[in-house]
Amino acid sequence: MGKEKILLSHGSGGKLMHNLIDTLFLKELGNEISRKKNDSAVINIGNKKIAFTTDSYVVNPIFFPGGDIGSLAIHGTVNDLAVCGARPLYISLGMIIEEGLDMDILKRITASIKAASKRSGIKVVTGDMKVVEKGSCDKIFINSSGIGELYYRGLSTDNIKAGDAIIINGGIGEHAISVLSKREGIRFSSAVKSDSAPLSALITKILKASGKVRLMRDPTRGGVATTLNEIVKDGKFGVSIDEKSIPVKRGVREACELLGFDPLYLACEGRVLIVVAKEDAKKVVNVMKKDALGRDARIIGRIIKEHKARVCLNTSLGGRRIVDMLSGEQLPRIC
Amino acid sequence: MKYVDEYRNKRLIDKVAREIRSVADKGRFYNIMEVCGTHTMNIFRFGLRDLLPSNIRLMSGPGCPVCVTPNEFIDKAIWLGGLKGVIIATFGDMFRVPGSYSSLEKEKAAGCDVRMVYSSMDALDIARKNPEREVVFLGVGFETTSPTVAQSILAARKDEIGNFSVLSGHKTMPEALRSLVRGSRLNIGGFLLPGHVSVIIGKRPYEFLSKSYKKRCVIAGFEPLDILEAILMLITQKRPAIEIQYTRVTGKSGNPIARRAMEKVFDKKASLWRGIGKIKDSGLVIKDNFSDFDAEKRFSPKIKRPKENKGCICGDVLQGVKTPLDCGLFGKACNPENPVGSCMVSTEGTCAAYYKYRGKGNG
Repeated sequence: MGKEKILLSHGSGGKLMHNLIDTLFLKELGNEISRKKNDSAVINIGNKKIAFTTDSYVVNPIFFPGGDIGSLAIHGTVNDLAVCGARPLYISLGMIIEEGLDMDILKRITASIKAASKRSGIKVVTGDMKVVEKGSCDKIFINSSGIGELYYRGLSTDNIKAGDAIIINGGIGEHAISVLSKREGIRFSSAVKSDSAPLSALITKILKASGKVRLMRDPTRGGVATTLNEIVKDGKFGVSIDEKSIPVKRGVREACELLGFDPLYLACEGRVLIVVAKEDAKKVVNVMKKDALGRDARIIGRIIKEHKARVCLNTSLGGRRIVDMLSGEQLPRIC
Repeated sequence: MKYVDEYRNKRLIDKVAREIRSVADKGRFYNIMEVCGTHTMNIFRFGLRDLLPSNIRLMSGPGCPVCVTPNEFIDKAIWLGGLKGVIIATFGDMFRVPGSYSSLEKEKAAGCDVRMVYSSMDALDIARKNPEREVVFLGVGFETTSPTVAQSILAARKDEIGNFSVLSGHKTMPEALRSLVRGSRLNIGGFLLPGHVSVIIGKRPYEFLSKSYKKRCVIAGFEPLDILEAILMLITQKRPAIEIQYTRVTGKSGNPIARRAMEKVFDKKASLWRGIGKIKDSGLVIKDNFSDFDAEKRFSPKIKRPKENKGCICGDVLQGVKTPLDCGLFGKACNPENPVGSCMVSTEGTCAAYYKYRGKGNG
């Protein structure tokens, strides 16, 4: 005791973070709701089921191609509610601002929050602001909490069955590469824009089209690889995904080749992984394709009985390999 | 993506794999060492072993710069990072590598200013922008990296950037292979040589392998098709020679400008390879007339006696004598979250490849 310190890796969304959550936070603070470890907690108030979530944004730089810290805070919170089958309603914002920040920057972020919340159909109903001495935070950090009303019940890992299809709504890793290339000043032949977007409208369409959606998750920190590992973590099933079918835009592929990243581990901020009964998979993909945020939707894999608690990737060359959860941190402050 | 997609084309890959299977002599055993860590990673990533007949055995070699960096180097970097006003600039790969007592990742959490860079030139930029600080770049890598590091030292001299220095842990490839073939621990029939090292040094420095030691060698690229084509060239090589498969980037004589920069800045000296030991002439130290930029001379790091974990068999893994599956620590005490040896952390490490792509060695 005493010597261990928090490392950047503890915030990566990978194994170290999960261990810390389990062995400290859930051990000390856990209850029957938080132990489910969903993107939002589902709570009963009166006879209503409410989804409740919180998230903090420390992205660096605060403006990046395709978004900024303000829109990201709204989209992230909206998406955490939406993937739980909730209609996002209200959001709170807590801002921690570094002394000396240009007022114009704060105005730009506020305008972006306004536009993003309007687009998402969520109301900012309360907030808080603290200013700290120069150097005590980096420009601005935002915490947001949101609540939504549950309109689709039964989204849970408990409902997953072997044979279920796994669908994604578009290319992976764009948010991470957009932030990284802006931060490091690296340009690729085709500029990569963040995929940050509110998914609530798309998800409503999906849930209207099929009553057999088992589960949805947004692959943020740790990327698709980590999220899929989380889905089968309890050991009842495995996941098989096909490398060929996973959409990766050219700029993301180039960046990954150059910098040695695997796109499967890169954060997305406007993507959703949907586990749905096999028979409804095509229908769901077709509905998604009609929405601007689901134009590149496709089935990328399925739930399998074999390889329990593992994610297996069929490589484009016909080989097979394990895709483990992220360990360690390569890209801090991506959201 | 041009220059990548073509080399991952399934139809072509299947064709070469079929040819390998048909020309490989069934009564013969082919022991091939892929020297470079990037080869190892891609062999696993693309599942290439599955495409080869069982009498072609691939062994991983010592070509992962992070893996062969001794604990002593990390210990020195940590000591330097503890000095007031020092910024340590490093490639991301070194960040989580354990030294004898700590890692840069842990020291960063404790207050040390460690910054990840993609090039030594970025480190030089940090020095330019922070004239009141001392910037120490951790120079690790083979001939692929050392020319750019030499270039950044030359640039620092030219631009009179006095607050920039390099802790050189640079190593050279041919000398390591000489030491490997001299030791009789392994029956290596042929080598897949690292293509990017030869972009700089060409093929001449390897000629002793075919002439004196009768080893068949192919300088290979890194994409799946490159690797398979190189294996095909290797098993069909009539008599021991150094052939180049990676002709689209590597010429016979390498890059003389890059070599001149290296020769200007570095001297060859014996160097310690982690788990392997000291190898004559295999290290690059900064020449005396550039000692202003030599972190070793400028700060004289004072470190406690370095120690290695006794159970770690990285040395044998790096020489192809054992695989990570032979290690008692692998997947248990040693995993990517708590690495015992650098082979588990480096993106080119053999243990990392086994762990990542074979699922803790069970796959």
